[in-house]
Parts: sequence; C-alpha cells; structure tokens
Amino acid sequence: MNLGISRSQILALALMVACIALLPLVLYPVFLMKVMCYALFACAFNLVLGYAGLLSFGHAAFFGTGAYVGAWTAKALMLTPELAILCGGATGGLLGMAFGFLAIRRQGLDFAMITLALAQMTYFFYLQAPFTNGEDGIQKVPRGDALGVLSLEPDMTMYWFVSAIFLGGFGFIYRIVHSPFGNVLKGIRENEARASSLGYRANSYKLIAFGLSAFLAAIAGATKTHVFGIATLSDVSLETSSLVLLMALLGGKGTIFGPIVGAILVVSMESKLATMGSWVMIAQGIVFIACVLLFRRGIVGEINRGLRTSL
Amino acid sequence: MDTLFGIPLPLFYGQLLLGLINGAFYAMLSLGLSVIFGLLGIVNLVHGALFMTGAFTAWILLDTFGLGFWWSLALAPLIVGAFGILIERLLLRHLYGLDHMYGLVLTLGLALVIEGAFRNKYGSGGLAYQIPDALRGATNLGFIVLPYYRGAVVGISLVVCLLTWALIEKTRLGARLRAATENAPMVQAFGINVPVLVTLTYGAGVALAACAGVLAAPIYSVNPQMGANLIIVVFAIVVIGGMGSIMGSVLSGFGFGVIEALTKVFYPQASSTVIFLCMVAVLLFRPSGLFGRRS
Repeated sequence: MNLGISRSQILALALMVACIALLPLVLYPVFLMKVMCYALFACAFNLVLGYAGLLSFGHAAFFGTGAYVGAWTAKALMLTPELAILCGGATGGLLGMAFGFLAIRRQGLDFAMITLALAQMTYFFYLQAPFTNGEDGIQKVPRGDALGVLSLEPDMTMYWFVSAIFLGGFGFIYRIVHSPFGNVLKGIRENEARASSLGYRANSYKLIAFGLSAFLAAIAGATKTHVFGIATLSDVSLETSSLVLLMALLGGKGTIFGPIVGAILVVSMESKLATMGSWVMIAQGIVFIACVLLFRRGIVGEINRGLRTSL
Repeated sequence: MDTLFGIPLPLFYGQLLLGLINGAFYAMLSLGLSVIFGLLGIVNLVHGALFMTGAFTAWILLDTFGLGFWWSLALAPLIVGAFGILIERLLLRHLYGLDHMYGLVLTLGLALVIEGAFRNKYGSGGLAYQIPDALRGATNLGFIVLPYYRGAVVGISLVVCLLTWALIEKTRLGARLRAATENAPMVQAFGINVPVLVTLTYGAGVALAACAGVLAAPIYSVNPQMGANLIIVVFAIVVIGGMGSIMGSVLSGFGFGVIEALTKVFYPQASSTVIFLCMVAVLLFRPSGLFGRRS
C-alpha cells in the first residue's frame, strides 16, 4: 500500500491553494472565510464518520463549544485571537473526550443516539448558562490582534489568518488519515473484530479519533466566531449537526477533499437562497434525499470510483 | 393553602395534568415510531413533520371545506397515512438492508422539505384552530379545573394506544406483523406478502402521527415548527421505552410527560435535559430499553 501523496492529490491540493490565494480577488472574503470554517468542521466530522465509521449526530456540541468559549475568552478575558481559538479548541476537545468515552461503548444507531442526546443536553446548558446571554448569544466579539501585534480588523488580514488555520487543520487531518494510526482506524471501520483479534484496542483508537475530531470542530467554531464576531445557539443546534452531516455526505464520506466540496456547495446554496426564505430548507432536504438515493458515495467518492483516484 | 414539599398543590396538579396531556401526544407519536422501527428498521425522523401535516390537514379541511374537528379526526389520518404509503413506496423502499444512517438522513431530508413547504405557504406564525363545540368548557374536579377538551385528548389517546396494542398483540394481522419483525424472509416463505405488510405498517404509523396532530391543533397553535420541536423528545422516549416495544412506548410516553412536568415544578432548569439524561443512561446500561428485548 502506497502511503505517499499521490499525483491526483497533489493536483487537487495545488488547485485548492490556488483558489484560496486568488478567489478573494473575485469573491467576498467573508463568504470565503465562512466556507473555510465549515470546510474544516466538515473535515473534522469526516474523521469520525468516514474513517472511524461512527455516525455522530451531535457534532454541533463541539463546534458550538468552540464558538462560545472562543467568544468568551476573547471578549471577557481579552485573549489574543490565536489563544482564544486554542482555548475554544481545547475545551471542545475535552468535551469530545468525555462524550466519546460514553458513546464509543455502543455502535451504530446507539452511538448516533447517545451523541444526539448529549448534544441536546449541551444545547440546553448553553441556553441557560449565565455567560452565554441565552437567545441573544455573545455578540460584538473583537477580532483582536494576532499574536498581540497584527490587527485582524481588516477583512483581508483576517482572511489570511483563517486560511492559515484552515490549511493547518486540513494538513493535520491529512497526516492523521495517512498515518499508521489512520490505517488502524480504517481497519477497525472495516472489521472491528479482526482488528481487535490482531491486538489493537479498538475503543482507544475510536476515542482518540473522536477527541481529535471534536478538537478540530471546536477550532472551526472558534474561528467562525472571530470572523463574524458572534456566538449563538444556532452553532450548538441540531440543525448545525445535520448540516455538517449533509456536507460530509454530499462531498463524499471517507474522502480527503469530499467534505470541502460539500461545505462549498452547502454554504453557497445557503447564501444564494438566503433571500428566498424557507426555500433553503426545501433545497437542503432535496439534497439530503438525492444523496441517499442517487449517489451514496458523494461527489468526490463517485469521482474517485470513476477515475480510480484517492482524492 | 396545601403544599407538597413546599410546592402549592394546585400548581402541582396543574403541572401533572399538563404532563399527562403532553404524555398523550408523546405516547401516540412514539408508538408509531416504535412500530415503524421494529418492522422497517427505519429511524423515521419525518414523523414530527407528518404530525404537523396532520394538524395542518385539520386546519385546511375546516378552512377550505368547512369540515369540523370530528371529520378531521377521521379524515386527516387517512389522508396523511396515504401520503405516508407514497413515501414508503417511492423512497424508503430503496433503503431496506442498508445502514441505518441512510434511513435517518433520508427521513431528515424529507422532514426539511415538508416543513419548508408549509413554511413557504403559511409562514412560520401560528394559525388558530377552535376547540370543537361539544368539548368547550371545563369541569371542577375539586382539586383542579379540568377543561373538557384536555380530558378528551388524554382519553382519546389512551383508547387509540390500547386499540393499536390490541391490533398488534391480539389479532391475526398483528401476529403476522410481529412474525415479520422477527424474521421477514421466513414469513415471506410462508406465503405472506411482507412488502404489502411493510407498506401498511408505515401508513398506519404515519396515520397515528396525523391523528395526534389533529388532537394537538386546538391546544397548540398550528405552525410548521410544531413537529420539529417535539420529534427529538419523542425519539428519546422511544429509545428509553425500547425500540419496537409497543407497551414500552405507551408507558414511557405518558411516564415521561409526567416526569418532565414534575421536573418543571421542582427543578425547572433541568426540565428540558432530564429526558436526554435518562436516554443516555438507558443506552449505556440497558440498551434494549426499559421494556424492550433485543436479540
């Protein structure tokens, strides 16, 4: 098995970096930053869904925790953005380890249900906790000065900051997936009994994957908060959990670039239809249905099958 | 004034009644979900949207055709049940035997489409639906004032749940259904048309949701979100009662309606979370549910 980066992956990566560098010339940078935050979230989610084979139906809990903790530390504790985002990520990661510790004891549908129930509890916690301002959310979060010196208030400076986080997170996930750890994870997904009989402690692998995924999801949430200056209940809601599932499935679960493609499509669809009220909901629903009935592998998954690539 | 653990008794009884009424809806919805999961293996996340469709059907029947509450109670389950049969035939049929995830995602998508469509047509504000004339007013039971309609909701729900239970446990059709839940290929081999049985079961489960929707129309305002808010709680109840267990769904439906209401009295902050806490505990320690059995 070739663990090196393949030529098609290098091409796709080059295309992605070129897009990040050139697209702000033609598209609104805030829109692109939103896409990158959700793309990182979807890639993190895919680590659990695609590579560990576990359907988490509560990833918004981590995204939202990142958003709230990132917002609170930046606003109340006046931390610099990179520290606030790391705090958000660390809290999300710890929460992920706790949730994962409970959830990995069960598989399949039970796993999904436990994560759903824990995420709903997290939602009600943030609804009632004193520091979150309930329905209003934490507003007017300052973007601050990166490393204490570089003001992120100009959109383009913020854009490069977010790009760096996105590419860093993406590279990290790529390394995880292509490491010996990632291979064991895929082995467990394919046949847990066999992996166990070879001496791998399946639950430890799943737990670590879940924790890493939660950490990166929280980083994405905290970054999004810094872009828009707000953390709200919608970040921890069930809608966000199903949105990230939609992104991963649409792009292709268990593929490297799939979640990014999914995030681009879902966020674009949202902003195109934003003025048309409930049509967003209908369109999302139709995409869900089409995904399940027509292309279960997702867009990138189908491309991989057709071109025999491993994007 | 009489008190119980420092809570005034009238408040206590009031919440108890509210809990029973919520429980009536929980029971009817979780019953349908549970039967559908038992036979089809589909986590029917569109159930809440179909409950809402039932309420809207009642409203439309009155608004457009002038048909009152009792007509709606009979017709809406049939109409929405037929719609359910269409869903099963056209969409769900392709998913049997696949991972549960696909059923979950498809029904979630369907719920979004239905809710979005109603939102488009009727907006997200609520529509009022009058209590039927025969059930206006209230009676004083001494310790509490009971509006007739609310009492009737609990009564109708109990009757519907018991009838469903009897249909499944005591009739020939029910025996076939239970057998197909255990081992569908074997039942098919005996010459029973399992695909038709599956379709009818889905239709019946959906009709139960629509029936609950009609009953809910005069109590809650008829709005597109009414199902989405309820479905996750109902889902938790099904898990707690045991997926596929009839009595389990009914008992935990009423039980959790009451528990939720009483938590609201004694420790309001936890009233929304208590049910999910129980769900996690049940899944970890007794994954087949309180009343379920699992091979």
